[in-house]
Parts: sequence; structure tokens; C-alpha cells
Amino acid sequence: MALLELDDVSVHYGRIQAIHDMSIHVEEGEIVSLIGANGAGKTTTMRAVAGLLGLSGGSITFDGDDISRTKAHLRVVRGISLTPEGRGIFPSMTVLENLDMGAYARKDKSSMSADFDRVFDLFPRLKERQKQSGGTMSGGEQQMLAIGRALMAHPKLLLLDEPSMGLAPQFIRQIFRIIKEVNQQGTTVLLVEQNANQALKLANRAYILETGRITREGSGAELAADDAVKAAYLGG
Amino acid sequence: MLHELATASSESWISFNWDSLFSNFLPATRDGITYGGIYALVAVGYTLVYGVLNLINFAHSEVFISGAYAVVFTLTGLGFDGNSPNLGTIPLIGDLLVALLAGAVTSAVVAVLVERIAYRPLRARGAPRLAFLITAIGVSFAIQYLIFLWRGSVAEPSVRMVPVKAIFQIGDTLIFLNQIIIVVAALAMMIAVDQFVRRTRTGRGIRAVAQDPDTATLMGVSTERIIVLTFAIGGLLAGAAGLFYIMQVPSGAIYNGGFVLGIKAFAAAVLGGIGNIRGALLGGFLLGLIGNYGQYLLGDAQWNDVVCFVVLLLVLMVRPEGILGSSLAKVRA
Ligand SMILES: Nc1ncnc2c1ncn2[C@@H]1O[C@H](COP(=O)(O)OP(=O)(O)O)[C@@H](O)[C@H]1O
Ligand SMILES: [Mg+2]
Repeated sequence: MALLELDDVSVHYGRIQAIHDMSIHVEEGEIVSLIGANGAGKTTTMRAVAGLLGLSGGSITFDGDDISRTKAHLRVVRGISLTPEGRGIFPSMTVLENLDMGAYARKDKSSMSADFDRVFDLFPRLKERQKQSGGTMSGGEQQMLAIGRALMAHPKLLLLDEPSMGLAPQFIRQIFRIIKEVNQQGTTVLLVEQNANQALKLANRAYILETGRITREGSGAELAADDAVKAAYLGG
Repeated sequence: MLHELATASSESWISFNWDSLFSNFLPATRDGITYGGIYALVAVGYTLVYGVLNLINFAHSEVFISGAYAVVFTLTGLGFDGNSPNLGTIPLIGDLLVALLAGAVTSAVVAVLVERIAYRPLRARGAPRLAFLITAIGVSFAIQYLIFLWRGSVAEPSVRMVPVKAIFQIGDTLIFLNQIIIVVAALAMMIAVDQFVRRTRTGRGIRAVAQDPDTATLMGVSTERIIVLTFAIGGLLAGAAGLFYIMQVPSGAIYNGGFVLGIKAFAAAVLGGIGNIRGALLGGFLLGLIGNYGQYLLGDAQWNDVVCFVVLLLVLMVRPEGILGSSLAKVRA
């Protein structure tokens, strides 16, 4: 049984339909990438899975339950964490407070210090900057903080919306390496990227999204080798 | 001739009486601080709701006056009337707490009801900002005239609960018991709310929603619960202010009694920096003082409001975001 399953999902903004009958699934333990050009509907998909946008058709199943009507803040409790596009750092909260926010919904306060350790292990930079306010950090550091914060919720499924956006190449490599490490530690990942190269390399499977419709799916390696995909997303 | 006329007419309605200000400086300061505490408590309600919803909740003045009515009814029920009572310390504290509870709970309930009935349906439909604003004004008038229909156009008979008793004096200015209670309690409540927002997990939730509601939701914060909570906290403090207001103005419970005080408190919130709890405190005390000084300087109680709003305007010209500027979203622990 898939951990996450979207079945014929449609999403509208007013009268404009942004997602058309989308069906995708993410198995437990996988990294799945969703590749698409700017405006294809990647962010819309992520926000619908997180519950920030309602569906106009279809259903979303998570961990065996239909969550199509579950409120966004309760989906976090169920184990879905989204690192939003643009990172969504609380700029005037310190690094520590931002991480605390990640654990806001958790009941098991006892294991929280272990999670702080895990996050600081993955991102030593964050440990050095605990007292710094989030808004004064560089883009790369903010992305680390955003991922670390999402991990503080102890998610079963981590949704990442363009984590490489606007980052310098060395940060991009580091972020992708950490995504892999997080996945190996047992977190399932759904990754959205415009920049398809690394996303396809990293993914077990991937989907290509064009103007709100899934047009291709396959293993990461398969799609990376495909001529049409190469031409469209891998710079030829 | 023209010159004379101008001078004569200006003298007839405006003149600066510095002697009066200097000779009344201490009582003016005393009263200014007392009123300032009341303004500050009401201002927090405006500021919290604005910080979280970007909404100026004009009905907050009626949230406040509802608490004042509850205090009057409670005190009347406890047997108080317009005469200064002769109570021991323990019964006085007990009755104060009962009245405080009545005022605070009533105002909090009214605030939450206003949120439920008026604002939540608009939010659910994604209504534009202007719809909220006109609704807020409408709710303010609706509550005022409901009270009018119920209690009539006159004020409730005055009730005094705190014995009129001077505790100490500075120069020959007497400082009265009720004024000390008001200022100390108001300060304590303001500090408590400020620390709550800065230090607790729920306070962090409030700040997160103020800053970025969507991302706060992604952290598992229920924005709806946070919104109700901010209305409730603002209501609790406004109800406490209702008690202090009645202590200072025993015949203050009248249907439109919240209106002017509410505008003043809103001005205090803007003066200090709307969205900022410490700004509400600062703005409250400043407006209390400025109004009272202005009143003695210019000679008439009506000048109190004029001076307050002129000063507000001048400050905003220099600091458009108010004295402390930053919003609730920017509060740091
Ligand atoms: N808030 C919105 N209101 C109306 N249309 C929107 C909104 N957000 C996105 N869209 C539209 O939906 C489509 C998909 O957008 P989005 O999901 O942000 O794409 P992507 O993340 O792939 O760049 C685009 O055509 C975009 O213009
Ligand atoms: Mg996007």
C-alpha cells in the first residue's frame, strides 16, 4: 500500500483549473521527484497534499486513510511535513525558535532533544547559529533551517518544494546530499524541482508535470535518459 | 482692527495657561498614569487582533464597555452603591476579584462571540479587507444600540467599591488607593501578556500566525484556535479595564461609553506601534499623560482629546509605524 496516493485530483484557483485529474503515488521509503517547468502546478500539488488548498475533485490517501478533508494542521500530526517554496522561515524568530515551531504539534516531548541532536548533526551550521534570527541567515542556511524544522515534526512524509531554488551550487549539492541521508534514515520524500538534473539522479521514481497534467512517469534513471525529457528539462 | 478681532476671538477660545499646567502638574501626572493604564489594557486588544488578522476590530470598544456593565451589575448585586464603602482589606480584595472576574469573562465572551458571528464567516469566504472593516464598525454600533435599547440613554447609577482613601502624598498631591490598584494591576497584566506571547509555546504560535499564517499551519498550528485565543485575551484585558474604568469613573457605564475610550485606546496602540504589546503599554501611558497635561494647559476637559490626537498626528508624521514600530510578528523572545 502506498504511503501517499493522489487519485484523480483536481485543484482550482477560482475558475482556473491548475491541476487536472492527477494520479500519483509515493511508496514508503521512496524518494519521488515531481519535475515541471515554472507554472506547471508543482507548488499547487504540494499545497494540496499539505492541506493548504482544497480539492475540487479526486481524493488523497495517506497511510491508509482518506485525508482529502483533513485540516492542514492535523495533517502535520499525521506525519506530513511541507517545506514550502521560498522556505517560510519565521524571520524574527531565532534558529532555535524556528526549530521549536517545527515540533509545535508534537505530543511526545520526551524525544525532542534527540531530534534536536539529529538536526544539529545533519546541519552543524544551525547549531552554531542557534541564537541568530532566521531572517538574517543566507538563503542556503535558511533552506537548511527549513528542512531541519520540518524534521522536528518527525514526519513520515517530507514534502520539499524546490529546495535548491536560488542557491549556490555548493549549497545545492549539500542539500541534495542531506535529502538522501534523511531518506536513508527512514523518511519518505516527495521532492519538487524545476532543476531536474539532480532531482532525477536522486529519485527512485519521478513524474513529469506539464500545465497541470502528469505526462510521463518512470524511474529516475529512465527519465534522465529520455530524449524528450532531456530536451525539455536537462538542457538538451 | 482686524488684528484686534483676531486676537480677541483667539483669546476667547484658545489660550495657553502654563501656570495652570505647572501648578497642576502632579495631579495631572497622577490622573494621566491612571487613565494610561486603562487605555493600555484596552489597546492590547486592538493590537493583538491587528497583529494576527490585520483587522482593526472597532467593536473592541463595545467589548470593553460590556465588561464595565458586568462590573456595575456585579457590584450592585454585591450591595455596593454610590457611597464610598467602609470595607476591610480582605473583603475588599475578595469583591475586587469577583468584579474583575465578571468583567473579564463577560468581555472575553463578547469578544469571542463577535469573532464567531461577524468575522469568521467573512474569513471562511475570503472576504476583502474592506468587508471586515465595515463589519467591525457595524458590530460596534449594533452593540452600542442594543445596550441603548436595553438600558436606555442614561448611565447606570454610580457604584463605588474602593474606599476613597489617600495612601500617600507627593507634595500636596494625594495618591488614592484606587489609583494605585489600577496602575499596579494594569502593569502586572500587561507584563503577563507580554511574557506569555514571548515565552510560551502558545505565544510562539500567536507570533507565527501573525508572521505567516500558512507556514504556521504547516507547523501544526491551528490558526482558527489562535485567532479565537487572541480575541479572548484582548477581551479579558478589556474587561479588567472595564473594572478599573468604573473604579475611576463610578458612573461610567453608559451605552456609548466605550466609544471615546476605545478610540483613545486605539490611538494609543497606533502611537506605540500597532501590533506591538509594549507599544500599547507605552502609547497608553503617553496618551493618558499628554491628554491630562493638555487639559490643564488649555483649560477645558474637551482639550484632552484634541491634544491627544494632535500629538498622535505629529508622532506619526515622524514615525509612521508608531514609536516602537515593530509589529507582533517581529517580537523577539
Ligand atoms: N494563488 C493563485 N491564484 C491564481 N492562480 C494561481 C495561484 N497560484 C498559482 N496559480 C496558477 O496556477 C498554476 C500553477 O502554479 P504553481 O503551482 O505555483 O506552479 P509551479 O509551482 O509549478 O511553478 C500557474 O498557472 C499559476 O499562475
Ligand atoms: Mg512553485
